[in-house]
Amino acid sequence: MMVTLVNSIFGPNGALSLAHALSGALVLVSFMMLYQDRLSAVINVLALHSAVLGLAVAWQAWIQAEPQLYITAVIALGFKAIIIPLALHRIVRRLNIHREVEAAVGIGLTMLAGMGLVALSLVVMLHTAAHSAVLAREDVALALATILLGMLMMIARRNAVSQIAGFMSLENGLILAAAGAEGMPLVVEISVTFSIVIAFIVIGVFLFRIRERFDTIDSTALDAFRGELQ
Amino acid sequence: MMNVATGAVDATIAIPVVSATILAMVSHWRLAARLNVFVSLATLADISLLLLRRPASNGLFLVDDLNIVFLLLNGFVGFTTSIFSAGYIAYELETGNLTPRYLRFYHAMYQSMMAGMNLALITNNLGLMWFGIELATLATVMMVGIYRTHAAVEAAWKYLILASVGIALALFGTILVYLAAEPALGAGMGAMQWTNLLHNARLLDPAMLNVAFIFLLIGYGTKAGLVPMHAWLPDAHAEGPTPISAVLSGLLLNVAIYVILRFKVLLAHSSVISEPNVLMIGTGIVTLLFAAIMLYRRRDIKRMFAYSSVEHMGIIAFAFGVGGTLGNVAGLLQMMMHSLTKSAIFFTVGHVAQAKGTQKIADIRGLTSSHPLLGWMLVVGVVAIAGLPPFGIFTSEFLLITSTFAHAPILAVVLGLGILLAFGALIGRMTTLCFGTPSPGSHPVRASKTPILLHFGIVLFGGMALPVFLYDWFAHVALLLG
Repeated sequence: MMVTLVNSIFGPNGALSLAHALSGALVLVSFMMLYQDRLSAVINVLALHSAVLGLAVAWQAWIQAEPQLYITAVIALGFKAIIIPLALHRIVRRLNIHREVEAAVGIGLTMLAGMGLVALSLVVMLHTAAHSAVLAREDVALALATILLGMLMMIARRNAVSQIAGFMSLENGLILAAAGAEGMPLVVEISVTFSIVIAFIVIGVFLFRIRERFDTIDSTALDAFRGELQ
Repeated sequence: MMNVATGAVDATIAIPVVSATILAMVSHWRLAARLNVFVSLATLADISLLLLRRPASNGLFLVDDLNIVFLLLNGFVGFTTSIFSAGYIAYELETGNLTPRYLRFYHAMYQSMMAGMNLALITNNLGLMWFGIELATLATVMMVGIYRTHAAVEAAWKYLILASVGIALALFGTILVYLAAEPALGAGMGAMQWTNLLHNARLLDPAMLNVAFIFLLIGYGTKAGLVPMHAWLPDAHAEGPTPISAVLSGLLLNVAIYVILRFKVLLAHSSVISEPNVLMIGTGIVTLLFAAIMLYRRRDIKRMFAYSSVEHMGIIAFAFGVGGTLGNVAGLLQMMMHSLTKSAIFFTVGHVAQAKGTQKIADIRGLTSSHPLLGWMLVVGVVAIAGLPPFGIFTSEFLLITSTFAHAPILAVVLGLGILLAFGALIGRMTTLCFGTPSPGSHPVRASKTPILLHFGIVLFGGMALPVFLYDWFAHVALLLG
């Protein structure tokens, strides 16, 4: 097992295999995020997710010989894998929500939906990208899977912090797709822009003490919010 | 010669960016409001210069028949809104809803938003287009939450989350377009330049383009308020300051539709077989019907007009989906007329809400007797937006229904039904708002009437006598849209 793994990395198609392995790992970590039921665990998985992305982007920078991609990798490793998770942990402590278990949809159902989404994205992308380079094709398929799993996370969870985690994993999938598209310009600028958006979101949550997404079973509360209560 | 034109292109973005920085530092609010009006006028003048002397497109910027219309509209509505905004914030300061500290921020965000929209409109690069929309979105998110009330923060948060997801999907669509182009055009900036892509449209991978368009339609459609991604729009319109509701409805929705159109042109010239049209017709019809039904249960006046914007975006998406010369002309005309009418309506509604001290429809009655000018302006606005003659929206909706009848009578019937439903809701609300015995409790308000009258004047002119050159121009753009 170990030997084949080593062979596949350093063998003739090694560069490809490692890129695929890292993209696959990203999807796997997205799944891990789906079944966490404690907020601090979600944040830790998010840090892992960003770290895997950082490695994947760094590897792409190496095999495509695109040095500017290292900036994106550093943003992923430094800002998204360390600074943001620390800030989120702080928010969780400040708002006193560490013990919150807050899935809006059951975990089993979420996992099933997740598997469906991954299958869907593989079928769609491998089919449509049949003419693209192998590297881009598989990469884009796995990136789409990560994006869809991120969206699922945002839908399935109610807490603002896990929504941020969902959005960041979605965005990690995007950066993976952008880095995998050979020679795509503006990737670094895009990753910087997204970091600014995330910083905005996190600061917003902190300043306004947003705990929950604004939906509730109690429809009178909803009507009151919409200004429609007579 | 050329330098003037290219300088003018840079200035469409440079003026708002520089003034945003300056306005962030001006603490005297009256001066800041005047400065805001002045720089908006300067931007408008600069864009008019582009109309006279059009620069050749390069890798970054592109001025063609399609975007010059929207640039002008952007400059114009941006300018009139800045005039309205000056009066509006003076009142908000008096009542203590806003403090001067927030106004610095407000003006800076206003100009950042204009910069973002101008960038999205004028750029030739798909990545920068995305960036422009993103910048404008973030600026509007900040402004929607500016009142810091519970409802405003909730609206801003909802807007931020939905818009971020939308914008992420749009970026994925953009990456797919790049992947469709990269094998044929080679890696690098060339595969992200719109003109270059259009020139080589036949070489692009059609399967990939098709999938890309789905993501782009959902992604940018979120920003345009197309159902089912519209949920942020009514809240953002109702809870933010009214000048922002005016520019959101009047400009930002248009810019999002414009970006979708750019991609639609690419697909129309590639070897993809007309699938985007079906998608756009479908989303358009669903959006129109949904919004028309939702119009009936509204109890907040700004929220009602926000749903009316959703309805119009549905009609516009439908029009471009139907395509052909008439369909596209109808769509372009509808975009222009809706933008002018809806922003004027929001100006009026802003004054009404200040005069009555409420946005609840139930508490506003008999405006034509208590505030004759405001009341009648609202009547004119609702008549225009509901699609009655002699206003411009009637012309575009009439064009659209007749041209749809030629291809698909059933679709035309559904379209007509949706428009009628919305018409009933709007006219019904208007009668209680504007006529009958006035509701108690009202404050005098210094309305800035000029922008409102100016907008309605243009809309009326567009409906009575659409100039031939304008029609020819639209028809020319319609050919490009395919």
